[in-house]
Amino acid sequence: MIVELGAFALILALALAVLQTGMAVAGRLRRSPVLAGAAEGAAVAGAVAVALSFAALIWAFAVSDFSVSNVAANSHTDKPMLYKVAAAWGSHEGSLVLWCLVLTGFGAVLTRARGLPFGLKASAVATQGLLGVLFLAFAVFTSNPFARLDPAPFQGGSLNPLLQDPALAFHPPLLYLGYVGFSVCFSLAVAALIEGRANSSFWPAWGRWVRPWALASWAFLTGGITLGAFWAYYELGWGGWWFWDPVENASFLPWLAGTALLHSAVVTERRGALAGWTTFLALLAFSFSMLGAFLVRSGVLTSVHAFAVDPERGLMLLAILGVASGSAFALFAWRAPHLKGGAMFAPVSREGALVLNNVFLTAACATVLLGTLYPLILEAIDGSAISVGPPYFALTFVPLMAVALLILPAGPLLAWKRGDLRGVGQRLAVAAGLAILIAFAGWAVFEPKKALSAAGIGLGAWLILGTLAELAERLRLFRASLPESLRRARGLPLGAWGTTLAHAGLGVFVLGAVVETGYRVEAARALAPGQTIEAGKWAVRLDEVRIVEGPNYLAEQGRLTVTLRDGGAPQSVTAERRFFPTGGQTTTEVGLDFRGLDDVYVVLGERGRTAADEPGWTVRVWWNPWARLIFLGPTIMALGGLLSLLDRRLRLGVNRKSAA
Amino acid sequence: MKRLLLIAAALLLASAPAAAQEPPPAPDRPLPDAAQEARAQALFDDIRCVVCQHEAIADSPAGIAADMRVLVREQIAAGRTDEQVRDDLVRRYGDFVLFTPPLRGGTWLLWFGPFAALLAAGAGLWFATRRRAPATEPLSAAEEADLERILADQAVRPDPDAKPSDH
Repeated sequence: MIVELGAFALILALALAVLQTGMAVAGRLRRSPVLAGAAEGAAVAGAVAVALSFAALIWAFAVSDFSVSNVAANSHTDKPMLYKVAAAWGSHEGSLVLWCLVLTGFGAVLTRARGLPFGLKASAVATQGLLGVLFLAFAVFTSNPFARLDPAPFQGGSLNPLLQDPALAFHPPLLYLGYVGFSVCFSLAVAALIEGRANSSFWPAWGRWVRPWALASWAFLTGGITLGAFWAYYELGWGGWWFWDPVENASFLPWLAGTALLHSAVVTERRGALAGWTTFLALLAFSFSMLGAFLVRSGVLTSVHAFAVDPERGLMLLAILGVASGSAFALFAWRAPHLKGGAMFAPVSREGALVLNNVFLTAACATVLLGTLYPLILEAIDGSAISVGPPYFALTFVPLMAVALLILPAGPLLAWKRGDLRGVGQRLAVAAGLAILIAFAGWAVFEPKKALSAAGIGLGAWLILGTLAELAERLRLFRASLPESLRRARGLPLGAWGTTLAHAGLGVFVLGAVVETGYRVEAARALAPGQTIEAGKWAVRLDEVRIVEGPNYLAEQGRLTVTLRDGGAPQSVTAERRFFPTGGQTTTEVGLDFRGLDDVYVVLGERGRTAADEPGWTVRVWWNPWARLIFLGPTIMALGGLLSLLDRRLRLGVNRKSAA
Repeated sequence: MKRLLLIAAALLLASAPAAAQEPPPAPDRPLPDAAQEARAQALFDDIRCVVCQHEAIADSPAGIAADMRVLVREQIAAGRTDEQVRDDLVRRYGDFVLFTPPLRGGTWLLWFGPFAALLAAGAGLWFATRRRAPATEPLSAAEEADLERILADQAVRPDPDAKPSDH
């Protein structure tokens, strides 16, 4: 019964989305606040309906109702409750309901935004409704998560055991909050293209409305991608965290576009400039989200992460992408030339720096897009197959971003309209000197000696120190008295703290990524119990291997001891190979020994024979120096984003005066 | 996709006698020479496991990946250069096997596109900002007077982002 209610609620939500769109359009055309208000009511009701539907789906998974084919295919009674619930969004159908929930939920919040002019709001609500119609229709007509099975099986087919992991249970919701959050930026951009004028007061206000949405989506997406990378790192057992895999790229594209949007929206808000460009980025960010959904679900690309691959549904998603993005960009091409305007600025200025940021981020975005889609395009054109992997991105994306990051610390120090480059240079001189020293120190300390990695260390230090130098400048640290600096710290808007955190977090990430990639040490050998393998300064001894029984798997559990080669505190780790009889799959549970910023990463491999022909197990060990920073950095960035979101200047509807 | 299947089928056929008994994948025995082993490891990162989704043979647990690692090590031990090892792999499996795409007619856009995009975006924004900025002439005496009067009339809201030293 609850399942039928869930199915009904989903259909109801589709009907409400149709109503929302129709009434918002009619309300806008007749300038009727009643109709527009009714559209907003429909938007809220639609979000409630999708929420009910999603709750019903979770309920079906929680009680293991195997008469629902989606539950039968993706769950199992032996599974722990967390993963039963998480299985609700682990399949194509379920994750689509989650997508729709975020889409309509954000749409409902949009209707509560105060201060938006009537026409702009009605147009945005109509656009958001139209997106809802497209995705809800896709869910209802091609991917019904509530379809029944008759007869119902006694037991389910289980969820992919790789996905039975806490990080992955929360990875999709976070990712979707980011992906789909950009839909509101998309709707506001479409509305601005319809309503906007080359009017100096309109664009700063629009920039202020868009920024919180871009910021929230960006922060969630940052968190979601980080969680996914962390999951890949400790669950897949190949020692890496990013492989420029098409699906990873698919989530990275909206992030890059969203980052560019975040920065260009600042210029639009403060100076009314770059209006057309900011709307373009807002359209682009959500278009990349939809492109990602298409790439992941259609199976056109080969990837480790692709799931629920179905070409027919892929074609439907491509159609949705074509309709939504195609019409939005057509509207852009038609309207954008009329949106010229905004304040002028000198090339050397805060605006100029933000423009430069956008140039590099756009080029980086184009690189990732090219690298992801090129194999497809080339195969379609001349039938030849190529692979585009990490070496390509190391030669294209990395240098582009390195130059962008080199410029970054100067940006926030430049004044609006016309900046003083010499003054900025003086303020950053100490940070630059220290960063160069740190680069040389890195070159001296780390073995083997690598000039490029040392330069990368200097770059990471430059980002952190340059950002701190800017903060010190604002607080007049060391120049004014301490109470005066503290007073300034209290007076500094949260947005400024957020920017500082995000930029410093990026530096932390760069340090981790550079050191881990440059100085990782790997070793693999078949070991009999009692034998030892060495990786860099670490020695890992295989103590024993025993068979353990989990709730829905059998495992070979290896107990290993990690010590410094020249003595030091021994640390015990367990690494497992789990066999899931239901799906016939084997997974690895990595043994991680956290040593300060470093990881000693231990994988228990298959049974084999050692060099002396004794029975043993293949043990792979990685020493990943500074790996902790790779995940810490983006977490700091996401927190910076959330902190900025709390800034009262960015709160929805707070600054009603500017909403002319 | 089809090509991938063909490659997989060809590989299966080639190793059919061995596959009949499904032996465990060849163990990873590092080369005795540390410099040679380092070269082999570097190559492993660039070589795609041809039956996997998107994995280098350095990372893949698949049997084929182990066989390919053995192949690479054998060739390096035999004194082949990195270039010769790569060429040999490309001869066997096609360009698909390397994660570094080749530079040829069809991939010019791939390799130079990013930098072209940078130039295009830079040039576009440069011209957009240039064209918009009309030549600013110094204010005339009358205009200066007007400006003085307006500024005196109106309390100007301070820029919240202005440097503390500015006011």
